[in-house]
Amino acid sequence: MSRPRPSLGRWRLPVGAVIALVVAFLIILFGTLIGPEGTIQMTLGRGVQLAETQYINALTVGALYALVALGYTMVYGIIELINFAHGDVWMVGSFASWWVITSLGVSGPITDPVWLVIVLILAFSISMVATGVLGVIIERFAYRPLRNAPRLAPLITAIGVSYILENLIENLISDSIVTIPRPIPNTELNLGLFSIGSVNLFVIIMAVALMAALHLFINRTRLGRAMRSTAADRDAAQLMGVNINQTIAVTFFIGSALAGAAGVVQGLYLGYSQFQIGFYGGLRAFTAAVLGGIGNTTGAAIGGFVIGFLEVTCNVFGYGKWSEAFVFATLVLVLVFRPTGILGQQQGDRA
Amino acid sequence: MTDNAKPPILVAKGVSKHFGGLVAVNSVDFDVPQGKIVSLIGPNGAGKTTFFNIIAGLYEPTHGSVSFTGVEMIARGRRSWAEPLAWVVPPLIIALIGLIVATAASSTALAAVTILVSLILLISAFLLAIARPPFYLRLLTRLGIFRSARPNDMVVAGLGRTFQNIRLFKTMTARDNVMVGMHSRMRSTPVDAVLRSRRHYREEKDADAKARRWLAFVGLAGKENEVARNLAYGDQRRLEIARALASEPKLLLLDEPTAGMNPSETAEMTTLFGRIRTELGLTILLIEHDMRVVMGVSDRVTVLDHGEKIAEGTSQEVRANPRVIEAYLGKAARA
Repeated sequence: MSRPRPSLGRWRLPVGAVIALVVAFLIILFGTLIGPEGTIQMTLGRGVQLAETQYINALTVGALYALVALGYTMVYGIIELINFAHGDVWMVGSFASWWVITSLGVSGPITDPVWLVIVLILAFSISMVATGVLGVIIERFAYRPLRNAPRLAPLITAIGVSYILENLIENLISDSIVTIPRPIPNTELNLGLFSIGSVNLFVIIMAVALMAALHLFINRTRLGRAMRSTAADRDAAQLMGVNINQTIAVTFFIGSALAGAAGVVQGLYLGYSQFQIGFYGGLRAFTAAVLGGIGNTTGAAIGGFVIGFLEVTCNVFGYGKWSEAFVFATLVLVLVFRPTGILGQQQGDRA
Repeated sequence: MTDNAKPPILVAKGVSKHFGGLVAVNSVDFDVPQGKIVSLIGPNGAGKTTFFNIIAGLYEPTHGSVSFTGVEMIARGRRSWAEPLAWVVPPLIIALIGLIVATAASSTALAAVTILVSLILLISAFLLAIARPPFYLRLLTRLGIFRSARPNDMVVAGLGRTFQNIRLFKTMTARDNVMVGMHSRMRSTPVDAVLRSRRHYREEKDADAKARRWLAFVGLAGKENEVARNLAYGDQRRLEIARALASEPKLLLLDEPTAGMNPSETAEMTTLFGRIRTELGLTILLIEHDMRVVMGVSDRVTVLDHGEKIAEGTSQEVRANPRVIEAYLGKAARA
């Protein structure tokens, strides 16, 4: 299951992270210097300010993609399957949060902080548990029976599951765009250096906290070690006492729960959902996972943010309609020079 | 070998394994007495590794059964089809009864509650079937459902093993490799990890200390944070043994542990086996090609050829056995 990799050894992660940060910084700098009309802004003017809010949006969109990308990369890491249904799990998560928020009678921004916190906790916990269980069910019935089959079989099954989920939502819930009421009042918070919308701030903090928790879980706990060992050598892990079925189920649960969280974030930030968002958004999140180095959780997070920045950069230049072409051209370029993605497929961190 | 009063730790009865038309192992009876070093030898393709994999729970035997510490662990499944029924049928029955009552009382609220309750039941039973906690397994046994043990169940029961071709978790540190070995002896759940409970912290700390001790036992002190693939070949073999010992086994299966080693490394390894038996009191089952290792340490040697047991006894007896000589060197040697 292991394959040879360039031997940067233990420095691969820090070096890769520094490269990614430098790239992100250059993009920001570039975007800040060049205004929306494509003219270079050497003075601090309106253009700079616009770019600044745009890049906060980029961070928010990036956080959303990163959360979804983590699920792709975790599943790939542990069973080497590209789980095409993952984007649709995200979509189901956004519908679950829509259901929770509307059944709680929320129709707009909530001013009472206690009630707001209760609504958010309920939305996140119910959506995450629902999508987590959905992920485990999908794995048990669609992927586990095919675990030792040729790789193409589970791949096709994944596409099938993706369509099944889309059709279920389309035909049973709604075949058009649903509006998700946004419970968080959108006020600009001035943080001295820059100002940030409260929703953006919440989304970014939420995503970073979830990613940090995932990192600790994988590296510091018993089940995290089980996940890493199963990713490294499934049979050996089993013969060392790791219950691989349980471990794979836990991986699907966590990955799908993160997609559920991303679904809630979708509602909080964009305020709508539709049965097809899983397809388009999922494709981008998958791209983020590949860009960062599939199988590598840190890479997925970085990939998500990079794609967020690329997209917003296109918007800043006024080429929003070209963002897909731009994103995928960048992907091709990165893969030409680093076929395993920005951080490379790092087995030690795989899971 | 009937001088010990203790019952044998491992008993294989009439174990056969067919791969399509090929009979890899043919009704082998075999037992391992407690506290001994028993070796299994045989020429290439004799079925040693297949037999080993059956004991480890990796293959289900075609016929026969394997008992470990007096409990039947490995055999063809009995009524295993009933397991899914066990978790699908009860919620369905509840849903049916509830819906019948709801229709009789013509209450949609009751129907909705029934469906919700049975759905929740179904999902929890489903998650139980994946997690397989001990009480669930006991329930299955009570229902007369037998499933051949999986490799991880065998490890829980007390079976540790190493591999012929080293299979460490290459990108993990030596310490983490050993800690994976402890997995089945640790109790903390994801909930503990999320709540950062005292149990979680204490267990992680204990595991870390134990890992250091096991590494020191096999002679790898100070190499805790080395990534496994960077260790020297002999050290990787030692690390595999430390990882197996960390699961606190009662029986240690060693699959050609001295393969690819030079004579001095082999001698060190043999000393280590002796220490494992005397200091830890473990029983060892050894598969070997190197006759010197086998003859030096084994209390008993079993010889397999073409999937059948052809000889069993002390090293001297086996060495003198004409069938063994024939199997190893061909008929000409016997004449």
